[in-house]
Amino acid sequence: MGFFDRLKSGLQKTHDKLVHEIKRIVSRSPKLTATSLEELEAALIAADFGLSMTGEIIVAVRKAYESQGGAGLDVIEIATQEVTRSLASTASALHKEASGLTVVSVVGVNGTGKTTTAAKLAHLVQLRGETAMLAACDTFRAAAIEQLKLWGQRLRVPVIAGTYGADPSAVAHDAMTAAGSRQMNYLFVDTAGRLHTKHNLMQELQKLHRVLGKKLPRAPHETLLVLDATTGMNALNQAREFNKAVPLSGLVITKLDGTSKGGMVVAIHRELRLPIKFIGVGEQPEDLQPFEPRDFAAALFSDRELNPV
Amino acid sequence: MFETLSNKLQNVFKNLRGLGKISDANVSDSIREVRLALLDADVNFKVAREFIEKVKEQAIGQKVIQSIQPGQQIIKIIHDELVNLLGSANAGLELRGHPSCLMLVGLHGSGKTTSAGKLARLLHKQGRSPLLVACDVYRPAAMDQLETLGRQLELPVFVRKGEKDVLRIAREAVEFATAEHRNVLIFDTAGRLQIDQPLVQELVRLRDLVRPEEMLLVLDAATGQEAVNVATHFDQALQITGVVLTRLDGDARGGAALSLKAVTGKPIKFVGVGEKPEDIEPFHPERMASRILGMGDVVSLVERAAEAVDLDEAKRMEEKMRKGQFTLEDFLEQLRQMKKLGSLESIVGMLPGGSEMLQNTDLNKSEKEFRRMEGMICAMTPQERRHPQILNAKRRQRIAKGSGVSVAELNNLLNRFNQMQQMMRKMGKLQKMMRRMGGVMPRF
Repeated sequence: MGFFDRLKSGLQKTHDKLVHEIKRIVSRSPKLTATSLEELEAALIAADFGLSMTGEIIVAVRKAYESQGGAGLDVIEIATQEVTRSLASTASALHKEASGLTVVSVVGVNGTGKTTTAAKLAHLVQLRGETAMLAACDTFRAAAIEQLKLWGQRLRVPVIAGTYGADPSAVAHDAMTAAGSRQMNYLFVDTAGRLHTKHNLMQELQKLHRVLGKKLPRAPHETLLVLDATTGMNALNQAREFNKAVPLSGLVITKLDGTSKGGMVVAIHRELRLPIKFIGVGEQPEDLQPFEPRDFAAALFSDRELNPV
Repeated sequence: MFETLSNKLQNVFKNLRGLGKISDANVSDSIREVRLALLDADVNFKVAREFIEKVKEQAIGQKVIQSIQPGQQIIKIIHDELVNLLGSANAGLELRGHPSCLMLVGLHGSGKTTSAGKLARLLHKQGRSPLLVACDVYRPAAMDQLETLGRQLELPVFVRKGEKDVLRIAREAVEFATAEHRNVLIFDTAGRLQIDQPLVQELVRLRDLVRPEEMLLVLDAATGQEAVNVATHFDQALQITGVVLTRLDGDARGGAALSLKAVTGKPIKFVGVGEKPEDIEPFHPERMASRILGMGDVVSLVERAAEAVDLDEAKRMEEKMRKGQFTLEDFLEQLRQMKKLGSLESIVGMLPGGSEMLQNTDLNKSEKEFRRMEGMICAMTPQERRHPQILNAKRRQRIAKGSGVSVAELNNLLNRFNQMQQMMRKMGKLQKMMRRMGGVMPRF
């Protein structure tokens, strides 16, 4: 399965539902009335687009309707354009330092899939023929270290770990030293899950990043926030708060497989202008895919791409 | 908890409170605002629509009672409807069998394993002897996680590493439980998508084997519109008996909580409010409604205190708060007990107006501040603590010197204490008023 198919099957549900809803609305009431707009609004909100993004699409639809006089109005086309436009600035390549080690820090709230994402990223880099190392900096959650170590064994990626309760910054420091002396291309730092509302934990994260930066100027070169696709509008708060604490360089959206969500991605990108770098569409190591805004928008809305695979 | 939703609703209420009479137009405006606030909080849009219709119907239909402001009436209607939506009473666990089985199911990363540990601790405290059973055969190191939790809690965990057959694990676990006289088995299952048929079927087979009395769906409070789909699917396949809502200590807007009961008819039984094993609470719909509306939740606060303090003391405290006779002495006592109770944030959040106070302060800073407050109150004489109004400039200077702070800082403390006292008095009054109207209001 190529990337597009994967993405498509992952997003199939979202798309089916959305297109079905929109078609139903449009075909039943071709005239743009208050009710049909309200229904369109409901469909978009149900896909977690968020109020402001939904509002924008509604406005665009109304404008297009007014200028075209109702003939040939294609709601799906307008919605696709809106989403693509919002996501247009997204650049998805994983940063690579010209020479030496590239440090990627993986952050997020609890249970979004940070550890799995870190492992998948290492796998991705290895497939490109580069070397990667993992740092198990989640020293809090029970068995987090074992989880990363098992991934390491499975993917043949070295894992640097400390003990539970240890200072994650110390583990990161050791990992940097190890990665440097073994001349690795990439170091992926798996941090502990933390709610963005906990000041002390966010400060711990800031410290970790400071330690990385002291060991190697400009590190971490990438800070990826991992977001669970089933999250609703709270994802915006998460992105906002993490970005405030440690400047983010991109987002990873996980668990996009089979659930009918994805809309909040658009809302987040819209507000924070953060590129979405990867999406997780399954449980296998290769199920982490670079994000393609056009494909994403097309898979969300377009009819041609949407017929059953 | 639920800050954003309650803040938005409070803004609406501010406008409502000022209204002299209820008319179609001004109610419609406010109610549109309420709808937006609900949608923005991830409340399922169908649920939001129904909610709004019910409130509107009652608000316009109801005769305005002369003695109170009509705005208050609407607030009461919304409160009552919220309680309806959340379920009317706290639903506990029904575990009668010997041994009883409890299954935890849900999506990936919703917090099943952590909740399993928390529930085990809770049941153990209630005098049961729980056995944790590790049935997550997929995620790397999931079994280690449960084992570690068991060790921390000093509770037995049934683990068969390398075994991939969930049913075999379950069978052996039941035998083990009988031999070891454990009377509650808690099955921690692997995370799965609600539409992943093979995996959901595995759960169905597990259910048919162990016949659990409780089948709890574990759901992240930050889940969006999808929450309702997830709950419906799991309910259809497995007939869940209730929900554990996790990560309510974040700023998730709680829409999931508001929609769940309405759509599945299954109650929320517990809420997870932190990362530590003791951070789990039974779900009380009335208290939650009060909390969402920003009325505070003194009952839960007192209950929590009761775990650390003795009961008489807790009752005395509740009485004082209600009457607004809360003195600096009590405040000092509370400050000290708070330390025992752990997270400061959650405790202040339960006070009327507390969540607003929390929002404007950095938590770490306020932890420090609380230490300083303690110092300042300690530097006062008992009489000063009971009657802060006698604090003149000279006394203030003495106290500031004695506790190493500036007079301004001391004044700040006294002002804040005053505000808190006023809030409490107001809440007491509001409650009396509600009672006069014959409405069912939570005890504060």
